[in-house]
Amino acid sequence: MKTVKHKILVLSGKGGVGKSTFSAHLAHGLAEDENTQVALLDIDICGPSIPKIMGLEGEQVHQSGSGWSPVFVEDNLGVMSVGFLLSSPDDAVIWRGPKKNGMIKQFLRDVDWGEVDYLIVDTPPGTSDEHLSAVQYLSAAHIDGAVIITTPQEVSLQDVRKEINFCHKVKLPIIGVVENMSVFICPKCKKETQIFPPTTGGAEVMCQDLKIPLLGKVPLDPHIGKSCDKGQSFLMDAPDSPATFAYRSIIQRIQEFCGHHPPKEEHFLSS
Amino acid sequence: MEEVPQGCPGTGSAQAGRGASCQGCPNQRLCASGAGAAPDPAIEEIKEKMKTVKHKILVLSGKGGVGKSTFSAHLAHGLAEDENTQVALLDIDICGPSIPKIMGLEGEQVHQSGSGWSPVFVEDNLGVMSVGFLLSSPDDAVIWRGPKKNGMIKQFLRDVDWGEVDYLIVDTPPGTSDEHLSAVQYLSAAHIDGAVIITTPQEVSLQDVRKEINFCHKVKLPIIGVVENMSVFICPKCKKETQIFPPTTGGAEVMCQDLKIPLLGKVPLDPHIGIQEFCGHHPPKEEHFLSS
Repeated sequence: MKTVKHKILVLSGKGGVGKSTFSAHLAHGLAEDENTQVALLDIDICGPSIPKIMGLEGEQVHQSGSGWSPVFVEDNLGVMSVGFLLSSPDDAVIWRGPKKNGMIKQFLRDVDWGEVDYLIVDTPPGTSDEHLSAVQYLSAAHIDGAVIITTPQEVSLQDVRKEINFCHKVKLPIIGVVENMSVFICPKCKKETQIFPPTTGGAEVMCQDLKIPLLGKVPLDPHIGKSCDKGQSFLMDAPDSPATFAYRSIIQRIQEFCGHHPPKEEHFLSS
Repeated sequence: MEEVPQGCPGTGSAQAGRGASCQGCPNQRLCASGAGAAPDPAIEEIKEKMKTVKHKILVLSGKGGVGKSTFSAHLAHGLAEDENTQVALLDIDICGPSIPKIMGLEGEQVHQSGSGWSPVFVEDNLGVMSVGFLLSSPDDAVIWRGPKKNGMIKQFLRDVDWGEVDYLIVDTPPGTSDEHLSAVQYLSAAHIDGAVIITTPQEVSLQDVRKEINFCHKVKLPIIGVVENMSVFICPKCKKETQIFPPTTGGAEVMCQDLKIPLLGKVPLDPHIGIQEFCGHHPPKEEHFLSS
Protein backbone atom coordinates (compact mmCIF):
# COMPACT_ATOMS: atom_id res chain seq x y z
CA MET A 1 0.00 0.00 0.00
CA LYS A 2 3.03 2.32 -0.02
CA THR A 3 2.18 3.32 -3.60
CA VAL A 4 -1.39 4.19 -2.59
CA LYS A 5 -1.77 7.72 -1.22
CA HIS A 6 -5.36 7.77 0.05
CA LYS A 7 -7.61 4.90 1.07
CA ILE A 8 -11.33 5.36 1.54
CA LEU A 9 -13.80 2.72 2.72
CA VAL A 10 -17.43 3.05 1.63
CA LEU A 11 -19.62 1.49 4.31
CA SER A 12 -23.20 1.12 5.45
CA GLY A 13 -24.86 -1.02 8.04
CA LYS A 14 -27.83 -1.20 5.65
CA GLY A 15 -28.09 -2.96 2.31
CA GLY A 16 -29.37 -1.35 -0.85
CA VAL A 17 -28.70 2.27 0.12
CA GLY A 18 -26.31 2.91 -2.77
CA LYS A 19 -22.83 2.02 -1.54
CA SER A 20 -21.68 0.51 -4.84
CA THR A 21 -23.43 3.22 -6.85
CA PHE A 22 -21.64 5.82 -4.74
CA SER A 23 -18.26 4.05 -4.84
CA ALA A 24 -18.42 3.78 -8.61
CA HIS A 25 -19.34 7.42 -9.08
CA LEU A 26 -16.77 8.60 -6.55
CA ALA A 27 -14.22 6.70 -8.63
CA HIS A 28 -15.54 8.17 -11.90
CA GLY A 29 -15.63 11.66 -10.43
CA LEU A 30 -12.06 11.52 -9.13
CA ALA A 31 -10.79 9.99 -12.37
CA GLU A 32 -12.23 12.81 -14.50
CA ASP A 33 -8.91 14.50 -13.73
CA GLU A 34 -6.66 12.37 -15.93
CA ASN A 35 -3.69 13.14 -13.68
CA THR A 36 -5.38 11.41 -10.75
CA GLN A 37 -4.85 7.65 -10.53
CA VAL A 38 -7.87 5.92 -9.07
CA ALA A 39 -8.38 2.33 -7.94
CA LEU A 40 -11.73 0.78 -7.06
CA LEU A 41 -11.73 -2.44 -5.02
CA ASP A 42 -14.98 -4.36 -4.54
CA ILE A 43 -14.85 -6.59 -1.46
CA ASP A 44 -18.51 -7.64 -1.63
CA ILE A 45 -17.79 -11.29 -2.28
CA CYS A 46 -21.40 -12.57 -2.40
CA GLY A 47 -22.99 -9.69 -4.32
CA PRO A 48 -20.25 -7.99 -6.37
CA SER A 49 -22.08 -5.17 -8.18
CA ILE A 50 -19.07 -3.12 -9.26
CA PRO A 51 -18.30 -4.94 -12.56
CA LYS A 52 -21.83 -4.26 -13.85
CA ILE A 53 -21.97 -0.66 -12.62
CA MET A 54 -18.58 0.07 -14.20
CA GLY A 55 -19.51 -1.60 -17.50
CA LEU A 56 -16.89 -4.32 -17.05
CA GLU A 57 -18.99 -7.47 -17.07
CA GLY A 58 -17.25 -10.39 -18.71
CA GLU A 59 -13.78 -8.98 -18.11
CA GLN A 60 -11.17 -11.30 -16.69
CA VAL A 61 -8.23 -10.73 -14.41
CA HIS A 62 -4.70 -11.39 -15.64
CA GLN A 63 -1.77 -12.49 -13.58
CA SER A 64 1.77 -11.32 -14.12
CA GLY A 65 5.06 -11.48 -12.26
CA SER A 66 4.13 -8.42 -10.23
CA GLY A 67 0.73 -9.77 -9.22
CA TRP A 68 -2.86 -9.57 -10.44
CA SER A 69 -3.65 -6.81 -12.90
CA PRO A 70 -6.77 -4.78 -12.22
CA VAL A 71 -9.23 -4.23 -15.05
CA PHE A 72 -8.95 -0.71 -16.43
CA VAL A 73 -12.04 1.34 -17.29
CA GLU A 74 -9.84 4.29 -18.22
CA ASP A 75 -6.07 4.63 -18.23
CA ASN A 76 -6.30 6.13 -14.77
CA LEU A 77 -9.14 4.03 -13.30
CA GLY A 78 -8.53 0.40 -12.38
CA VAL A 79 -11.03 -1.99 -10.83
CA MET A 80 -10.86 -5.29 -8.97
CA SER A 81 -13.77 -7.51 -7.90
CA VAL A 82 -14.50 -11.17 -7.28
CA GLY A 83 -16.95 -10.69 -10.13
CA PHE A 84 -14.00 -10.88 -12.54
CA LEU A 85 -13.08 -14.31 -11.23
CA LEU A 86 -16.47 -15.92 -11.96
CA SER A 87 -17.20 -17.92 -15.13
CA SER A 88 -20.66 -16.36 -15.28
CA PRO A 89 -22.17 -13.31 -13.54
CA ASP A 90 -24.96 -15.55 -12.22
CA ASP A 91 -22.57 -17.89 -10.41
CA ALA A 92 -23.22 -17.75 -6.68
CA VAL A 93 -20.22 -17.38 -4.39
CA ILE A 94 -21.39 -19.42 -1.44
CA TRP A 95 -18.51 -18.97 0.96
CA ARG A 96 -18.34 -18.81 4.71
CA GLY A 97 -16.39 -16.09 6.49
CA PRO A 98 -12.87 -17.58 6.54
CA LYS A 99 -12.81 -18.12 2.78
CA LYS A 100 -14.08 -14.60 2.13
CA ASN A 101 -11.35 -13.24 4.40
CA GLY A 102 -8.74 -15.10 2.36
CA MET A 103 -10.01 -13.50 -0.85
CA ILE A 104 -9.90 -10.02 0.66
CA LYS A 105 -6.33 -10.64 1.86
CA GLN A 106 -5.36 -11.65 -1.69
CA PHE A 107 -7.01 -8.59 -3.17
CA LEU A 108 -5.11 -6.29 -0.85
CA ARG A 109 -1.78 -8.11 -1.07
CA ASP A 110 -1.58 -9.45 -4.60
CA VAL A 111 -3.19 -6.85 -6.86
CA ASP A 112 -0.61 -4.71 -8.64
CA TRP A 113 -2.32 -1.34 -8.46
CA GLY A 114 0.76 0.70 -9.32
CA GLU A 115 0.97 4.32 -8.21
CA VAL A 116 -2.47 5.30 -6.97
CA ASP A 117 -3.83 8.56 -5.59
CA TYR A 118 -7.14 7.15 -4.31
CA LEU A 119 -8.07 3.57 -3.47
CA ILE A 120 -11.82 3.26 -2.90
CA VAL A 121 -12.99 0.09 -1.18
CA ASP A 122 -16.64 -0.84 -1.73
CA THR A 123 -18.03 -3.13 0.97
CA PRO A 124 -21.13 -5.29 1.50
CA PRO A 125 -23.70 -4.25 4.13
CA GLY A 126 -23.04 -5.20 7.74
CA THR A 127 -20.35 -5.32 10.38
CA SER A 128 -18.86 -8.75 9.88
CA ASP A 129 -15.99 -10.65 8.31
CA GLU A 130 -15.42 -8.43 5.29
CA HIS A 131 -15.35 -5.23 7.33
CA LEU A 132 -13.17 -6.62 10.10
CA SER A 133 -10.77 -8.11 7.57
CA ALA A 134 -10.48 -4.94 5.51
CA VAL A 135 -9.71 -2.88 8.59
CA GLN A 136 -7.35 -5.49 10.03
CA TYR A 137 -5.38 -6.11 6.84
CA LEU A 138 -5.08 -2.37 6.21
CA SER A 139 -4.32 -1.58 9.85
CA ALA A 140 -0.66 -0.82 9.27
CA ALA A 141 -1.29 0.98 5.99
CA HIS A 142 -3.44 3.90 7.28
CA ILE A 143 -6.99 4.30 6.02
CA ASP A 144 -7.92 7.97 5.54
CA GLY A 145 -11.46 7.25 6.58
CA ALA A 146 -14.89 5.90 5.87
CA VAL A 147 -17.79 7.38 3.94
CA ILE A 148 -21.03 6.02 5.31
CA ILE A 149 -24.08 5.76 3.09
CA THR A 150 -27.66 5.78 4.28
CA THR A 151 -31.21 6.48 3.19
CA PRO A 152 -33.50 8.74 5.21
CA GLN A 153 -35.73 6.29 7.02
CA GLU A 154 -35.16 5.17 10.60
CA VAL A 155 -34.88 1.50 9.63
CA SER A 156 -31.73 2.45 7.67
CA LEU A 157 -30.38 4.92 10.21
CA GLN A 158 -30.59 2.26 12.90
CA ASP A 159 -28.22 0.02 10.97
CA VAL A 160 -26.03 2.98 10.06
CA ARG A 161 -25.60 3.94 13.71
CA LYS A 162 -24.28 0.41 14.24
CA GLU A 163 -21.80 0.98 11.42
CA ILE A 164 -20.69 4.26 13.03
CA ASN A 165 -20.34 2.35 16.30
CA PHE A 166 -18.15 -0.18 14.41
CA CYS A 167 -15.95 2.62 13.06
CA HIS A 168 -15.41 3.99 16.56
CA LYS A 169 -14.58 0.53 17.92
CA VAL A 170 -11.95 -0.16 15.26
CA LYS A 171 -10.71 3.46 15.38
CA LEU A 172 -11.60 4.15 11.77
CA PRO A 173 -12.02 7.89 11.12
CA ILE A 174 -15.35 8.90 9.58
CA ILE A 175 -15.13 11.33 6.67
CA GLY A 176 -18.88 11.79 6.77
CA VAL A 177 -22.34 10.49 5.86
CA VAL A 178 -24.12 10.59 2.50
CA GLU A 179 -27.91 10.40 2.45
CA ASN A 180 -29.13 8.74 -0.76
CA MET A 181 -32.70 8.56 -2.07
CA SER A 182 -33.52 11.74 -0.16
CA VAL A 183 -36.45 12.87 -2.24
CA PHE A 184 -38.12 12.12 -5.57
CA ILE A 185 -39.14 14.92 -7.91
CA CYS A 186 -41.99 13.96 -10.23
CA PRO A 187 -40.81 14.62 -13.79
CA LYS A 188 -44.31 15.74 -14.78
CA CYS A 189 -45.60 17.98 -12.00
CA LYS A 190 -42.33 18.53 -10.06
CA LYS A 191 -43.97 17.52 -6.79
CA GLU A 192 -41.38 16.39 -4.27
CA THR A 193 -42.19 13.15 -2.51
CA GLN A 194 -40.15 11.64 0.28
CA ILE A 195 -40.54 8.01 -0.70
CA PHE A 196 -38.42 6.84 2.23
CA PRO A 197 -39.72 9.29 4.80
CA PRO A 198 -37.21 10.68 7.34
CA THR A 199 -39.56 9.97 10.23
CA THR A 200 -36.79 10.67 12.76
CA GLY A 201 -35.19 13.55 10.88
CA GLY A 202 -33.10 11.57 8.42
CA ALA A 203 -29.34 11.66 8.22
CA GLU A 204 -29.30 15.36 9.11
CA VAL A 205 -30.57 14.85 12.63
CA MET A 206 -28.49 11.70 13.12
CA CYS A 207 -25.32 13.54 12.08
CA GLN A 208 -26.11 16.45 14.41
CA ASP A 209 -26.68 14.02 17.28
CA LEU A 210 -23.47 12.09 16.61
CA LYS A 211 -21.44 15.17 15.58
CA ILE A 212 -20.45 13.70 12.24
CA PRO A 213 -20.40 15.68 8.97
CA LEU A 214 -23.29 15.21 6.57
CA LEU A 215 -21.46 15.30 3.25
CA GLY A 216 -24.64 15.71 1.22
CA LYS A 217 -28.06 14.42 0.20
CA VAL A 218 -28.68 12.79 -3.18
CA PRO A 219 -32.21 12.75 -4.64
CA LEU A 220 -33.72 9.73 -6.40
CA ASP A 221 -33.29 9.89 -10.15
CA PRO A 222 -34.33 7.04 -12.47
CA HIS A 223 -31.33 7.88 -14.64
CA ILE A 224 -29.03 6.61 -11.89
CA GLY A 225 -30.47 3.11 -12.10
CA LYS A 226 -30.36 3.17 -15.89
CA SER A 227 -26.73 4.30 -15.97
CA CYS A 228 -25.71 1.65 -13.44
CA ASP A 229 -27.43 -1.09 -15.41
CA LYS A 230 -25.72 0.12 -18.59
CA GLY A 231 -22.36 0.39 -16.85
CA GLN A 232 -21.93 4.08 -17.58
CA SER A 233 -21.09 7.08 -15.47
CA PHE A 234 -24.30 8.80 -14.38
CA LEU A 235 -22.28 11.99 -13.93
CA MET A 236 -21.65 11.95 -17.71
CA ASP A 237 -25.08 10.63 -18.71
CA ALA A 238 -27.06 13.24 -16.77
CA PRO A 239 -24.75 16.18 -16.07
CA ASP A 240 -27.65 18.52 -15.23
CA SER A 241 -29.43 16.27 -12.79
CA PRO A 242 -29.71 17.54 -9.20
CA ALA A 243 -28.28 14.16 -8.21
CA THR A 244 -25.15 14.89 -10.24
CA PHE A 245 -24.71 18.23 -8.53
CA ALA A 246 -25.08 16.52 -5.17
CA TYR A 247 -22.51 13.85 -6.06
CA ARG A 248 -19.99 16.42 -7.29
CA SER A 249 -20.28 18.47 -4.13
CA ILE A 250 -19.80 15.36 -1.99
CA ILE A 251 -16.78 14.23 -4.02
CA GLN A 252 -15.19 17.63 -3.55
CA ARG A 253 -15.67 17.47 0.19
CA ILE A 254 -14.02 14.05 0.27
CA GLN A 255 -11.06 15.37 -1.71
CA GLU A 256 -10.76 18.26 0.72
CA PHE A 257 -10.77 15.87 3.65
CA CYS A 258 -8.01 13.77 2.10
CA GLY A 259 -6.04 16.88 1.21
CA HIS A 260 -6.20 18.18 4.76
CA HIS A 261 -5.30 14.82 6.24
CA PRO A 262 -2.00 13.78 4.67
CA PRO A 263 -1.27 10.04 4.41
CA LYS A 264 1.31 9.78 7.16
CA GLU A 265 -0.68 11.16 10.05
CA GLU A 266 -3.86 9.64 11.33
CA HIS A 267 -6.43 12.35 12.02
CA PHE A 268 -9.72 11.94 13.77
CA LEU A 269 -12.53 14.23 12.71
CA SER A 270 -13.21 16.63 15.52
CA SER A 271 -16.80 17.44 16.28
CA MET B 1 -16.82 -23.09 19.05
CA GLU B 2 -17.08 -19.36 19.66
CA GLU B 3 -13.52 -18.06 19.37
CA VAL B 4 -12.10 -18.87 15.96
CA PRO B 5 -8.83 -17.65 14.50
CA GLN B 6 -9.02 -15.33 11.57
CA GLY B 7 -7.48 -17.72 9.09
CA CYS B 8 -9.61 -20.65 10.20
CA PRO B 9 -9.73 -23.16 7.32
CA GLY B 10 -13.17 -24.31 8.44
CA THR B 11 -14.05 -27.17 10.69
CA GLY B 12 -15.05 -29.38 7.78
CA SER B 13 -11.87 -28.72 5.83
CA ALA B 14 -9.14 -31.29 5.27
CA GLN B 15 -6.81 -28.77 6.92
CA ALA B 16 -8.97 -28.53 10.04
CA GLY B 17 -6.69 -28.51 13.06
CA ARG B 18 -3.65 -28.85 10.85
CA GLY B 19 -3.29 -25.43 9.24
CA ALA B 20 -0.84 -22.76 10.37
CA SER B 21 -3.77 -20.61 11.58
CA CYS B 22 -4.88 -23.44 13.85
CA GLN B 23 -1.92 -23.00 16.19
CA GLY B 24 -3.17 -21.75 19.49
CA CYS B 25 -6.85 -22.22 18.69
CA PRO B 26 -8.71 -23.80 21.61
CA ASN B 27 -10.50 -26.11 19.17
CA GLN B 28 -7.37 -27.30 17.41
CA ARG B 29 -7.28 -30.75 18.98
CA LEU B 30 -10.99 -31.26 18.33
CA CYS B 31 -10.63 -30.39 14.67
CA ALA B 32 -7.47 -32.44 14.19
CA SER B 33 -9.28 -35.46 15.58
CA GLY B 34 -11.87 -35.15 12.79
CA ALA B 35 -14.73 -34.45 15.22
CA GLY B 36 -15.40 -31.13 13.47
CA ALA B 37 -16.37 -32.95 10.30
CA ALA B 38 -19.02 -35.06 12.03
CA PRO B 39 -22.67 -33.98 11.62
CA ASP B 40 -23.68 -31.39 14.18
CA PRO B 41 -25.94 -33.01 16.80
CA ALA B 42 -27.94 -29.77 16.80
CA ILE B 43 -29.41 -30.76 13.43
CA GLU B 44 -31.33 -33.63 15.02
CA GLU B 45 -32.25 -31.48 18.03
CA ILE B 46 -33.64 -28.83 15.69
CA LYS B 47 -35.55 -31.47 13.74
CA GLU B 48 -37.27 -32.47 16.99
CA LYS B 49 -37.95 -28.86 17.91
CA MET B 50 -39.42 -28.14 14.48
CA LYS B 51 -41.95 -30.98 14.80
CA THR B 52 -44.43 -28.45 16.19
CA VAL B 53 -43.85 -26.12 13.23
CA LYS B 54 -45.98 -26.97 10.19
CA HIS B 55 -44.56 -24.70 7.49
CA LYS B 56 -41.18 -23.05 7.22
CA ILE B 57 -40.53 -20.27 4.73
CA LEU B 58 -37.21 -18.53 4.12
CA VAL B 59 -37.27 -14.98 2.78
CA LEU B 60 -34.12 -14.42 0.74
CA SER B 61 -32.45 -12.03 -1.66
CA GLY B 62 -28.98 -11.80 -3.03
CA LYS B 63 -29.42 -8.02 -2.90
CA GLY B 64 -29.64 -5.76 0.12
CA GLY B 65 -32.34 -3.18 0.66
CA VAL B 66 -34.97 -4.72 -1.62
CA GLY B 67 -37.52 -5.17 1.16
CA LYS B 68 -36.91 -8.62 2.64
CA SER B 69 -37.63 -7.57 6.22
CA THR B 70 -40.54 -5.38 5.14
CA PHE B 71 -41.98 -8.34 3.26
CA SER B 72 -41.30 -10.86 6.04
CA ALA B 73 -43.03 -8.64 8.58
CA HIS B 74 -46.06 -8.08 6.39
CA LEU B 75 -46.28 -11.74 5.43
CA ALA B 76 -46.33 -12.51 9.16
CA HIS B 77 -48.97 -9.85 9.82
CA GLY B 78 -51.07 -11.01 6.88
CA LEU B 79 -51.03 -14.65 7.95
CA ALA B 80 -51.74 -13.74 11.58
CA GLU B 81 -54.90 -11.80 10.65
CA ASP B 82 -56.60 -15.18 10.99
CA GLU B 83 -56.43 -15.55 14.76
CA ASN B 84 -56.53 -19.33 14.40
CA THR B 85 -53.22 -19.29 12.54
CA GLN B 86 -50.11 -19.36 14.74
CA VAL B 87 -47.27 -17.42 13.16
CA ALA B 88 -43.60 -17.15 14.14
CA LEU B 89 -41.14 -14.65 12.66
CA LEU B 90 -37.41 -15.35 13.10
CA ASP B 91 -34.88 -12.67 12.16
CA ILE B 92 -31.46 -14.17 11.43
CA ASP B 93 -29.89 -10.92 10.22
CA ILE B 94 -27.37 -10.70 13.02
CA CYS B 95 -25.60 -7.49 11.94
CA GLY B 96 -28.63 -5.49 10.80
CA PRO B 97 -31.71 -6.84 12.63
CA SER B 98 -34.58 -4.71 11.35
CA ILE B 99 -37.50 -6.88 12.46
CA PRO B 100 -37.88 -5.49 16.03
CA LYS B 101 -38.35 -1.94 14.69
CA ILE B 102 -40.64 -2.96 11.85
CA MET B 103 -42.83 -4.98 14.23
CA GLY B 104 -42.98 -2.20 16.85
CA LEU B 105 -41.05 -4.27 19.38
CA GLU B 106 -37.99 -2.12 20.03
CA GLY B 107 -36.80 -2.29 23.59
CA GLU B 108 -38.40 -5.66 24.23
CA GLN B 109 -36.30 -8.31 25.93
CA VAL B 110 -36.22 -12.07 25.63
CA HIS B 111 -37.06 -14.25 28.61
CA GLN B 112 -35.70 -17.67 29.38
CA SER B 113 -37.73 -20.45 30.92
CA GLY B 114 -37.36 -24.16 31.49
CA SER B 115 -38.62 -24.87 28.00
CA GLY B 116 -36.23 -22.44 26.32
CA TRP B 117 -36.25 -18.83 25.14
CA SER B 118 -39.64 -17.20 24.85
CA PRO B 119 -40.30 -15.25 21.68
CA VAL B 120 -41.71 -11.73 21.98
CA PHE B 121 -45.40 -11.67 21.08
CA VAL B 122 -46.89 -8.92 18.93
CA GLU B 123 -50.27 -10.61 19.06
CA ASP B 124 -51.37 -13.78 20.83
CA ASN B 125 -50.75 -15.66 17.59
CA LEU B 126 -47.65 -13.83 16.32
CA GLY B 127 -44.31 -14.37 18.03
CA VAL B 128 -40.97 -12.83 17.02
CA MET B 129 -37.31 -13.55 17.72
CA SER B 130 -34.31 -11.45 16.73
CA VAL B 131 -30.79 -10.71 17.95
CA GLY B 132 -32.16 -7.17 18.30
CA PHE B 133 -33.89 -8.29 21.51
CA LEU B 134 -30.55 -9.31 23.00
CA LEU B 135 -28.87 -5.91 22.60
CA SER B 136 -28.70 -3.34 25.41
CA SER B 137 -29.30 -0.59 22.87
CA PRO B 138 -30.60 -0.66 19.28
CA ASP B 139 -27.45 1.20 18.18
CA ASP B 140 -25.09 -1.48 19.54
CA ALA B 141 -23.12 -2.99 16.67
CA VAL B 142 -22.89 -6.77 16.51
CA ILE B 143 -19.41 -7.16 15.10
CA TRP B 144 -19.16 -10.92 14.78
CA ARG B 145 -17.38 -13.13 12.31
CA GLY B 146 -19.13 -16.05 10.64
CA PRO B 147 -18.68 -18.80 13.25
CA LYS B 148 -20.17 -16.71 16.04
CA LYS B 149 -23.14 -15.74 13.88
CA ASN B 150 -23.69 -19.42 13.06
CA GLY B 151 -23.76 -20.23 16.78
CA MET B 152 -26.47 -17.64 17.35
CA ILE B 153 -28.60 -18.99 14.50
CA LYS B 154 -28.23 -22.51 15.88
CA GLN B 155 -29.43 -21.26 19.27
CA PHE B 156 -32.39 -19.49 17.73
CA LEU B 157 -33.50 -22.62 15.93
CA ARG B 158 -32.79 -25.04 18.77
CA ASP B 159 -33.57 -23.08 21.93
CA VAL B 160 -36.56 -20.85 21.16
CA ASP B 161 -39.81 -22.29 22.47
CA TRP B 162 -42.15 -21.42 19.62
CA GLY B 163 -44.92 -23.76 20.66
CA GLU B 164 -47.38 -25.02 18.06
CA VAL B 165 -46.82 -22.96 14.93
CA ASP B 166 -48.50 -23.01 11.52
CA TYR B 167 -45.96 -20.77 9.75
CA LEU B 168 -42.36 -20.00 10.68
CA ILE B 169 -41.02 -17.18 8.54
CA VAL B 170 -37.25 -16.73 8.55
CA ASP B 171 -35.98 -13.29 7.53
CA THR B 172 -32.37 -13.32 6.29
CA PRO B 173 -29.65 -10.78 5.54
CA PRO B 174 -28.58 -10.23 1.91
CA GLY B 175 -26.06 -12.61 0.40
CA THR B 176 -25.17 -16.28 0.13
CA SER B 177 -22.90 -16.79 3.10
CA ASP B 178 -22.76 -18.04 6.67
CA GLU B 179 -26.30 -17.15 7.73
CA HIS B 180 -27.88 -18.75 4.66
CA LEU B 181 -25.77 -21.88 4.75
CA SER B 182 -26.38 -22.28 8.47
CA ALA B 183 -30.14 -21.80 8.22
CA VAL B 184 -30.37 -24.41 5.48
CA GLN B 185 -27.95 -26.77 7.22
CA TYR B 186 -29.57 -26.62 10.64
CA LEU B 187 -33.04 -27.01 9.16
CA SER B 188 -31.89 -29.75 6.76
CA ALA B 189 -33.60 -32.56 8.65
CA ALA B 190 -36.71 -30.52 9.39
CA HIS B 191 -37.97 -29.77 5.83
CA ILE B 192 -38.22 -26.20 4.62
CA ASP B 193 -41.31 -25.63 2.45
CA GLY B 194 -39.44 -23.17 0.33
CA ALA B 195 -37.97 -19.75 -0.25
CA VAL B 196 -39.57 -16.49 -1.28
CA ILE B 197 -37.05 -14.37 -3.13
CA ILE B 198 -37.33 -10.60 -3.09
CA THR B 199 -35.96 -8.29 -5.75
CA THR B 200 -36.34 -4.83 -7.23
CA PRO B 201 -36.68 -4.31 -10.99
CA GLN B 202 -33.22 -3.16 -12.00
CA GLU B 203 -30.57 -5.46 -13.45
CA VAL B 204 -28.05 -4.72 -10.67
CA SER B 205 -30.55 -6.36 -8.25
CA LEU B 206 -31.58 -9.17 -10.57
CA GLN B 207 -27.93 -10.14 -10.99
CA ASP B 208 -27.59 -10.77 -7.27
CA VAL B 209 -30.99 -12.44 -7.16
CA ARG B 210 -29.98 -14.92 -9.86
CA LYS B 211 -27.07 -15.86 -7.59
CA GLU B 212 -29.54 -16.44 -4.76
CA ILE B 213 -31.65 -18.64 -7.05
CA ASN B 214 -28.45 -20.48 -7.95
CA PHE B 215 -27.81 -20.94 -4.21
CA CYS B 216 -31.30 -22.39 -3.72
CA HIS B 217 -30.72 -24.91 -6.48
CA LYS B 218 -27.34 -25.90 -5.06
CA VAL B 219 -28.70 -26.54 -1.57
CA LYS B 220 -31.91 -28.09 -3.00
CA LEU B 221 -34.17 -25.48 -1.46
CA PRO B 222 -37.51 -25.24 -3.30
CA ILE B 223 -38.41 -21.77 -4.55
CA ILE B 224 -41.98 -20.67 -3.86
CA GLY B 225 -41.51 -17.66 -6.11
CA VAL B 226 -40.19 -14.14 -6.59
CA VAL B 227 -41.64 -10.84 -5.37
CA GLU B 228 -40.69 -7.66 -7.20
CA ASN B 229 -40.72 -4.71 -4.80
CA MET B 230 -40.46 -1.00 -5.67
CA SER B 231 -41.95 -1.75 -9.09
CA VAL B 232 -43.33 1.67 -9.82
CA PHE B 233 -44.04 4.98 -8.08
CA ILE B 234 -47.36 6.73 -8.56
CA CYS B 235 -47.16 10.48 -7.95
CA PRO B 236 -49.80 11.35 -5.34
CA LYS B 237 -50.47 14.65 -7.08
CA CYS B 238 -50.63 13.95 -10.81
CA LYS B 239 -50.78 10.12 -10.75
CA LYS B 240 -47.91 9.82 -13.19
CA GLU B 241 -46.23 6.43 -12.94
CA THR B 242 -42.45 6.54 -12.77
CA GLN B 243 -40.18 3.53 -12.73
CA ILE B 244 -37.61 4.84 -10.29
CA PHE B 245 -35.58 1.61 -10.52
CA PRO B 246 -35.97 0.98 -14.25
CA PRO B 247 -36.34 -2.65 -15.37
CA THR B 248 -33.72 -2.24 -18.09
CA THR B 249 -33.63 -6.00 -18.71
CA GLY B 250 -37.35 -6.64 -18.23
CA GLY B 251 -37.42 -6.77 -14.45
CA ALA B 252 -38.44 -9.79 -12.42
CA GLU B 253 -41.04 -10.75 -15.01
CA VAL B 254 -38.51 -11.59 -17.70
CA MET B 255 -36.11 -13.18 -15.21
CA CYS B 256 -38.86 -15.45 -13.90
CA GLN B 257 -39.88 -16.45 -17.42
CA ASP B 258 -36.26 -17.25 -18.28
CA LEU B 259 -35.69 -19.27 -15.12
CA LYS B 260 -39.22 -20.80 -15.08
CA ILE B 261 -39.93 -19.59 -11.57
CA PRO B 262 -43.28 -18.13 -10.46
CA LEU B 263 -43.54 -14.36 -10.12
CA LEU B 264 -45.72 -14.01 -7.04
CA GLY B 265 -46.43 -10.34 -7.63
CA LYS B 266 -45.17 -6.78 -7.96
CA VAL B 267 -45.43 -4.22 -5.16
CA PRO B 268 -45.38 -0.48 -5.95
CA LEU B 269 -43.44 2.08 -3.91
CA ASP B 270 -45.61 3.77 -1.30
CA PRO B 271 -44.24 6.20 1.32
CA HIS B 272 -46.85 4.88 3.74
CA ILE B 273 -44.95 1.61 3.97
CA GLY B 274 -42.03 3.45 5.57
CA ILE B 275 -44.26 5.48 7.87
CA GLN B 276 -46.17 2.41 9.05
CA GLU B 277 -42.93 0.59 9.71
CA PHE B 278 -41.86 3.45 11.89
CA CYS B 279 -45.07 3.28 13.83
CA GLY B 280 -44.81 -0.48 14.04
CA HIS B 281 -48.42 -0.80 12.92
CA HIS B 282 -49.46 -3.24 10.29
CA PRO B 283 -51.52 -1.76 7.47
CA PRO B 284 -55.27 -1.51 8.17
CA LYS B 285 -56.18 -3.32 4.98
CA GLU B 286 -54.67 -6.48 3.64
CA GLU B 287 -51.68 -5.73 1.46
CA HIS B 288 -52.54 -6.38 -2.14
CA PHE B 289 -49.99 -7.63 -4.57
CA LEU B 290 -50.24 -6.32 -8.07
CA SER B 291 -50.30 -9.25 -10.39
CA SER B 292 -48.19 -8.95 -13.50
